[in-house]
Amino acid sequence: MSLASYLKSKLIPADINEHINRIRKPIGSLGYDPWGYNNEVMKYGFSLTRQIYEKYFRVEALGVENVPAEGPVLIIANHSGQLPIDGLLVGYALASREQQPRIPRAMIERFFPTVPWLGNLLNEFGAVLGDPVNCAKMLANNEAVIVFPEGVRGSGKLYRDRYQLKRFGNGFMHLAMKYKAPIVPVGVVGCEETIPAIANIKPLAKALGIPYAPVAMPVVLPAKVHLNFGPPMYFDDLEIPEELVTERVEQVKAEISRLIDKGLSERKKLF
Amino acid sequence: MTKQRRPHILVTGAAGALAQRVINQLRDHCDLVAVDFREQVYLGDDIPSYCIDFTKRVFEDLFRRYEFDGVIHLGRIQSSQLTRMRRYNANVLGTQKLLDLSHKYGIKRVVVLSTYHVYGAVAYNPALIDESAPLKAAGLSADLVDSVELENLANIYLWRYPELNITILRPCNIVGPGVRNTMSSLLSSDNAPVLAGFSPMMQFIHIDDMADAIVRAYKKPVRGVFNVAPEDWVAYQHALKLCGCRRIPIPSIPPVVPNLILKTLKLKSFPSYLTAFFKYPVVIDGRAFAREFDFKPKRPLKEIFRFYRENKRPV
Repeated sequence: MSLASYLKSKLIPADINEHINRIRKPIGSLGYDPWGYNNEVMKYGFSLTRQIYEKYFRVEALGVENVPAEGPVLIIANHSGQLPIDGLLVGYALASREQQPRIPRAMIERFFPTVPWLGNLLNEFGAVLGDPVNCAKMLANNEAVIVFPEGVRGSGKLYRDRYQLKRFGNGFMHLAMKYKAPIVPVGVVGCEETIPAIANIKPLAKALGIPYAPVAMPVVLPAKVHLNFGPPMYFDDLEIPEELVTERVEQVKAEISRLIDKGLSERKKLF
Repeated sequence: MTKQRRPHILVTGAAGALAQRVINQLRDHCDLVAVDFREQVYLGDDIPSYCIDFTKRVFEDLFRRYEFDGVIHLGRIQSSQLTRMRRYNANVLGTQKLLDLSHKYGIKRVVVLSTYHVYGAVAYNPALIDESAPLKAAGLSADLVDSVELENLANIYLWRYPELNITILRPCNIVGPGVRNTMSSLLSSDNAPVLAGFSPMMQFIHIDDMADAIVRAYKKPVRGVFNVAPEDWVAYQHALKLCGCRRIPIPSIPPVVPNLILKTLKLKSFPSYLTAFFKYPVVIDGRAFAREFDFKPKRPLKEIFRFYRENKRPV
């Protein structure tokens, strides 16, 4: 047995191997899809995330069955915690569910593809550059797509602004309407406490070409995370003015706000 | 009773492996004339072959003598060949002359080979780029300007002279036996440079499949611009591994470092102006072409890479 296959057998339990194979992602002959997802690398990621999900953040996910088993769907959540840990946990919750698991795709910040190693690794785990064309093509491919409409406004916010939703972009609603994709809202509670930041050094962020430079402890705290998936929301594809689209976005935002409040009331302690 | 006239076709870029594959597919049913900007090649007694600069006046004599029905323009000088100036003359001015003559002599079908490089490799590229996407290559490097201008020129003629029935093909990396482009020489080498930490998704099409695509395109006069790529993808470094290449990492950040190193090394197979293509993906959507021309590539990626693994440094 070669070292690579020995390590693989140790790192990837048989149940994970079978679980990922069972999902049957549409991939090419060498295991890749056009956005760089790779089935074999995904197994390592899944195995590692299981530890993070179950042991470190002890995630409690409620209502994950609300995500339809097939067809295009947009999973819309609040964004927080400096690093995209929330996307990882929402993705794992859906990929690990017992009944009809799906490997969703997360739309990531435009800055990531320029980072060596990390950019490619995120792609191999199914994350995709947050571009409307990418999202549209993936919905046309019947994928489940995780979108954080707050973008860096949400992930980069300071600890004192925790659980306050920032402005939502309207792009996701246009795509949901065009591709008749239901929207599953998710309230994420706990990620705000993973990397509490007290300030953002904007000049440093600008100099480094990164979205924000938080002043925070150089550790990820093991906050307990609650994920609340709401019932799917359906919107018709009528041609409507932008202000009505914004109204629809506000409906989704209100639902996420309700799910966050639910998670906060369910939470007994921070860690 | 007169015998039905066989179609007369002018094929440019005859010294290249792709043109020769196309010629072999067409020679039984068509009367072909082969020309090349670089050298004269012998293609058999039945096919007249010329080494001609398209911008010279004698080029027009071929149109007078052979009464062409169609033109297959594969003679694009690649960005790794010649100087920037000579390449511009050959690709842009040469193509303009070719299209002008095609219009003057009533050509009814023109197929122009372009490249996926015209889309440009930028960090914000979505995957599955379709034909209407902007061409960003010119902003990346002056060495890619001629590729974009060739496209623009062909596009102008496409709309101005619909009777020419121009089809522009933008293929992904063409590889396989006999191919001499940068990608093919990388795959066939023992040591191939990579940018540390970057392994963009790539697409490869076998030269025989590409020849098949060109012949199909020629036979069905549908005007337009089409990407040509199989529905299969692989990361660059994975492709090198499958071809048995040792990967030599080049420091990738900050971006001036790889540019400086590559400009100093002057590697023919890894030129500095193509650096971005080894950093960011340019994944094109070939489904429109596949649908329109009923095209399905026959050679899988594994077969392509096996050839390179087993034929290091082909003659």
